[in-house]
Amino acid sequence: MSHLSDDVLARARELLALYPHPRSALIPICHLAQEQDGWLRPEAIAEIAELVGLTPAEVVGTATFYDMLHTEPVGRYLVSICTNIACMLRGAYDLLEHAEQRLGVRPGGTTEDGLFTLEDAECVADCGRAPCLQVNHRFFGNVTPEAFDQLVDDLATGRLDDEVPPHGTLIRVRREVGLRADPQEISEERRAMAERQAADGGGA
Amino acid sequence: MAITDPPKILTSRLAYEDSHRLERYLATGGYQGLRKALSMTPAQVAAEVDAASLLGRGGAGFPAGRKWSMLRKGPIPYLVVNGDESEPATFKDHVLVERDPHQLIEGVLIAAYALQVGRAFIYLRGEFALGLERVQAALNEAYAHGAVGRDIFGSGFSVDIVVHPGAGAYICGEETALIESLEGKRGFPRIKPPYFPAAIGLYGEPTVVNNVETMSNLPWIITNGAAAFTALGEGRSTGTRLFALAGHVRNPGVYELEMVKTTFRDLIYAPVLGGGIHHGRELKAFIPGGVSAPWLGPEHLDVPLGQDEVAACDTMLGSGSIVAMDDHTCMVRAAWRITRFFWRESCGQCTPCREGSGWIEKILRRIEDGAGREEDLDLLMDACDNIAPGVSWPPQQTTICVLGPSIPSSVASGIRMFRDEFLLHVKEGACPYG
Ligand SMILES: Cc1cc2nc3c(=O)[nH]c(=O)nc-3n(C[C@H](O)[C@H](O)[C@H](O)COP(=O)(O)O)c2cc1C
Ligand code: SF4
Ligand code: FES
Repeated sequence: MSHLSDDVLARARELLALYPHPRSALIPICHLAQEQDGWLRPEAIAEIAELVGLTPAEVVGTATFYDMLHTEPVGRYLVSICTNIACMLRGAYDLLEHAEQRLGVRPGGTTEDGLFTLEDAECVADCGRAPCLQVNHRFFGNVTPEAFDQLVDDLATGRLDDEVPPHGTLIRVRREVGLRADPQEISEERRAMAERQAADGGGA
Repeated sequence: MAITDPPKILTSRLAYEDSHRLERYLATGGYQGLRKALSMTPAQVAAEVDAASLLGRGGAGFPAGRKWSMLRKGPIPYLVVNGDESEPATFKDHVLVERDPHQLIEGVLIAAYALQVGRAFIYLRGEFALGLERVQAALNEAYAHGAVGRDIFGSGFSVDIVVHPGAGAYICGEETALIESLEGKRGFPRIKPPYFPAAIGLYGEPTVVNNVETMSNLPWIITNGAAAFTALGEGRSTGTRLFALAGHVRNPGVYELEMVKTTFRDLIYAPVLGGGIHHGRELKAFIPGGVSAPWLGPEHLDVPLGQDEVAACDTMLGSGSIVAMDDHTCMVRAAWRITRFFWRESCGQCTPCREGSGWIEKILRRIEDGAGREEDLDLLMDACDNIAPGVSWPPQQTTICVLGPSIPSSVASGIRMFRDEFLLHVKEGACPYG
C-alpha cells in the first residue's frame, strides 16, 4: 500500500503529464503531499522521489530551499504574520507579540494541541491591508489584536473551515483538461510559419 | 500636475463582483483582442507590441517588444509568465491574478501567438492560494470556450497553458531562478551571460519571461492599437501602470494611473488616491519602487511617475510600489527590516550577498537596540561598498544576480538622508522612537 492516497497519486500523475520533464512536477506534487499530511513525511518523500525520478535526498535538497515546504510537522493552521516593511509600519510587530501571547508560542513554534504554528513571514503581497497575515495561505487583512483573537477562536471551533481549507495550496485547484496541443505538430507548424515569413521578407 | 482620467486598461472589470468569471469577461469585451490577433500574422502582432513601447512591469522595465524581437529569429518553444510577486510592498499582480485572470490568460495567448510558442507556463507564487484557484478555474473555462489548446477559435494556432505554483522563495522572482524552480530545482539564479533566458532558458531552450502586468496589457493594446497606448504617458513610459501604495497613507491600495502624468505627490496626497499621510502627520521619506530602490524625501514629491523621470533621481520606479513613511518612523528600524528581508531571502550562492546582508542586519540591529558605535556608520557603508562597489545607482554588481546589489539601497539611503538620526541612536544608547 502506498502512503500517498489514490487521489493524490492520480493528481500527481496528471501533473507529471503537463511538463516536458517530470522533475518540473516536483514542487506541485510536494504541495499535494502536504495537503494530505500537512508536511512532507519521509514516506511521502520516498514516493515523490519515485514519481519524478529522483532520489529522496534530491527531493529533500530541493524542498528545504522553499519556505512553504515543511520537512517537520506543522500545526493544522499555519499562521503567517507578515512583518515586512509595509506591515511593520502599520503595527505588525505589535500584532506578532499579541499572537505570541495568545498562542503561547514563539515564531516557528506549534501549540501543544497541534492546532497552530506561528510564523514571522516576509511580504505576502497584501500590503494594502497591513498588518496582514495568512492562515494556510488564505489572506486576512487589517488585523487588529481583537480580530486576531476572534480569528483564532473561529479557527479552533471550525467556523472557518470553508474559508480556510487544510494545507496544500493546490487543495482547490483542479485542471479539467489535459494538454491538447501535440508538441511535434506544433514545432512542424512553427517551422513552416517561420519559413513562410522569411520568404515574405518579414519576421520583424 | 493634474491627475488624468485615462481609460482603464488593466482594472476595467474590478468593480464587478464576478470579474474573474468567463461570463463577465465575455460581456466586457473579453477575448476580442485574441480574435483580432489571430486575424493578423504573428509578426504583425509583435510589431504592434513593439510600437506600443510596452515596458516590462516586473521591475527592470525592459521593452517587451524588443525582448521578443531579439528572439524571434529562431523558434521559441516556451513562454513563462512571472507571477512570483514577492518584492516587499508590491501587491499589484495579486489583484490581477485574483480579480481578472482571463485578462492575464488572454494576454498570454496573444504573446504566445506572436512568439509562436507551443507551451506557456504561468508561475504564481505558492502563497497565492486563491490566485492559483482563480487562474486555473479561468483556464478551465477558457479551454472549454476554445480559447486555449488545439486550433484556437478555428485559427489553426495551438498552445497549452500550465499554471505552476512556487513554494515560498523571493529569489524565484529573478527570471533565471524562476526557470530553475520551474525545472523542479532550488531557485538558484544562473550565471550571466546569457543576459536573457532568451537564448538558454527553460530546459535549455529559448524562453521568453514576462511579468503578469506586462501580459495583462496585451488584450487592450491589440484591441485598441499601439497608437492608443502610446497616446497615454510620455516618452518611453507609455500607457498606464498599476501603482501599489502602502505604508502611512490614509488609503493604501492599487491605483491604475497614466504614466508620467501623475506625481508622487498626487499619488500620496490626492483625496481620490492616497488621501495624505495618516493621523494628520508629515511625510518623512518614501520608497519609490519596491525595497530594492533607494529612498526619496519630500523634496522629490513632484517627480512624475515615469521610468526615466524617477531614474533621474538615482533610484527606480522598479515594481511600481510606493511606501510612505511618516515623521514618527524610525529610519534605522526601516533599514533594518528591509535588510533582514534580503538576509533571509539571499539564496546563498555569492559571498557578498550572503555574508554582507547578515553583517549589515546585525549592525543595524545593534544600533537600533542602542548598542551601536559611531564607527558603525562607516562600517555599514564599507559593507555596502563590498557588495556593490561605490554604492552608487545603478549599483555595480559583484554577484550572480541583482538581489545582492539591492541590499545597500535602503541602508545607504538611511545613512545619507538621516545620519543624525542614526547617530542619535548611538549617543542616546536607545531608539529615540522607543
Ligand atoms: C531578486 C529579484 C526578484 C524579482 N522578482 C520579480 C517578481 O516577483 N516578479 C516579476 O515579474 N519580476 C521580478 N523580477 C524581475 C525578473 O527577473 C524579470 O526581469 C521580469 O520578470 C521580466 O518581465 P518584464 O520584462 O515583463 O518585466 C525580479 C528580479 C530580481 C533580481
Ligand atoms: S546575489 Fe544573492 S540572491 Fe543573487 S545569486 Fe548571489 S547570493 Fe543568490
Ligand atoms: S509588507 Fe506585509 S504583505 Fe507586503
